[in-house]
Amino acid sequence: MLKLDNVTKVYRVGAFGGKTLTAVGDVSFDVRPGEVVSLIGESGSGKSTIGKMILGLTPVTGGSITLDGVPVAPGKEYYRHVQGVFQDPFSCYNPVFKADRVFQMIKEAYYPGVSAKDWAVRVNAAVRDVRLDPDQVLGRYPHQLSGGQLQRLLIARALLLDLKLLIADEITSMLDASTRIDVLNLLAELKERGLGVLYVTHDLSLGTYLAERTVVLRHGRVVEMGETDKVFGNPLHPYTRQLLAAVPRLHASWEEAEPVTDCPYHRGEASGGLFEAEEGHFVACARLESCPE
Amino acid sequence: MTALQEVPAQDAQAPAVVRREALHFALRNGKLVTGLAIVLFLLLLGLLGPVLIGGTPNAYGTRPMQPPSGEHWFGTTTFGQDVFTQFVHGLRTTFAVGALGGGIAAVIGMLVGFVAGYRGGLIDEALNMFTNIVLVIPTLAVLLIINAYLGVRSVGAQALFIGLTSWPWAARAIRAQTFSLRTRDFVDLARLSGANTWKIITREIAPNMSSYLFMTFILLFGGSILIASSLDFIGLGPTEGISLGLMLQNANQWSAMQLGLWWWFIPPGAGITAVVGALYVANVGLDEVFNPKLRET
Repeated sequence: MLKLDNVTKVYRVGAFGGKTLTAVGDVSFDVRPGEVVSLIGESGSGKSTIGKMILGLTPVTGGSITLDGVPVAPGKEYYRHVQGVFQDPFSCYNPVFKADRVFQMIKEAYYPGVSAKDWAVRVNAAVRDVRLDPDQVLGRYPHQLSGGQLQRLLIARALLLDLKLLIADEITSMLDASTRIDVLNLLAELKERGLGVLYVTHDLSLGTYLAERTVVLRHGRVVEMGETDKVFGNPLHPYTRQLLAAVPRLHASWEEAEPVTDCPYHRGEASGGLFEAEEGHFVACARLESCPE
Repeated sequence: MTALQEVPAQDAQAPAVVRREALHFALRNGKLVTGLAIVLFLLLLGLLGPVLIGGTPNAYGTRPMQPPSGEHWFGTTTFGQDVFTQFVHGLRTTFAVGALGGGIAAVIGMLVGFVAGYRGGLIDEALNMFTNIVLVIPTLAVLLIINAYLGVRSVGAQALFIGLTSWPWAARAIRAQTFSLRTRDFVDLARLSGANTWKIITREIAPNMSSYLFMTFILLFGGSILIASSLDFIGLGPTEGISLGLMLQNANQWSAMQLGLWWWFIPPGAGITAVVGALYVANVGLDEVFNPKLRET
């Protein structure tokens, strides 16, 4: 459904844009209907930039992003099928308006013909879908609602559209543990309905919870990707190993991952920057920066 | 069934209600009501006063230097002109210059500030350069040159000139505010809701700084009145008519202070102060109306 081919994002930095900074380099993966793909990486790895490029909020420097074979054209029609939910729910609402204005905006843009009465029924249904009580959340200002409620309202907003793909950009990082599970269960339900979800996160344990496939990013490049079980069960790239080792455990001090002595990329045949170590499990060269090729 | 019964209540969330709610808070806000009442009173005085009183403000009278009395409410000048008649006519001119000059400056400032701040990049560079050029134009020198070509100057021409030269600081301030607002996620969310640039500026960014924009207008309004007064002072004002600035200037020129004619300069001075001050008080009140967080305290 959604396909990224060698997507690159280069920023011009410095005085008069003299220098360049590659935020995302040569990233290719796809998201299929009814599938959650988690995009994992540390801060600054380019994961949010990828989300923004898919949403058309920032232009792509190179490569292509297609939805059902059609190149992405940000605009009303595209946003009918592709929506995003962002990290900070408090920043997503205009503080001077009531929170349910986000629904009103959808109505104005996409369903101008629907009567106010029918629309209220739809909004109430969507709000109930995200397990909120319409009486408690509608007609209130953003500062009167909690982060979890605001975040779920944003998901409800996306549900009002004819959605195919949801970009969830670190949507649980601002939530407390119990609401986090609620939101994740909600994403799992969306998956059941046949939606594709790109779940951007830096949290490994949440990534494994619902994703069929995992893409691990580092410095804007894919270091390892494939089915979640394979990537986490048999991590091949030293960075992935380091990430897994960095998950805190009781009674164990943090250990450095062993230095790279053996690069799986160089054992096999290199193609397209990634090497297929086993079926559906790709890994990049481990000595990326110093690799002779 | 309960779900359906709730519907009319939710239905009441239509935009009309939003406006009614703002009005509800506006009417309960003492500062806003007081400020607007003063401005409205002076505006009505300026609009209706000349019609009801009649007479020409600069006509010489037979009883000079009279203190306020039943016949001459605000007394008379050295030339026997009625100060109250001058005051109501002057108010009208002053409101016209303030509204027109401040209005033109506010519109240009907002347009340039919003577009530069929201679009950024090359458009911002170009608009910012233009703003800076206008900012450093020596207004007085330009006015002298224009004056050399234009024989008769009207209040409208004065207001236009003030409006066209006093917008740059407003543009820069609004640009800076817009810069900080456009990176917020709700702007992205509006784009995801199919809103175009114009809609985002007018419906997302501007409402967030509406009290700031109103303050900008008030400052430009007050500034226009003050600039007009100083232009009147150096003889570059309207060639006919009267304004509060011209009254002050005349009072100063004919030594009203030294002669103890306090009724000559206090009404125009108090008039200017009352208009600008009342607008400022109203602005503080508006802040509370527009910002839902301030309402609850």
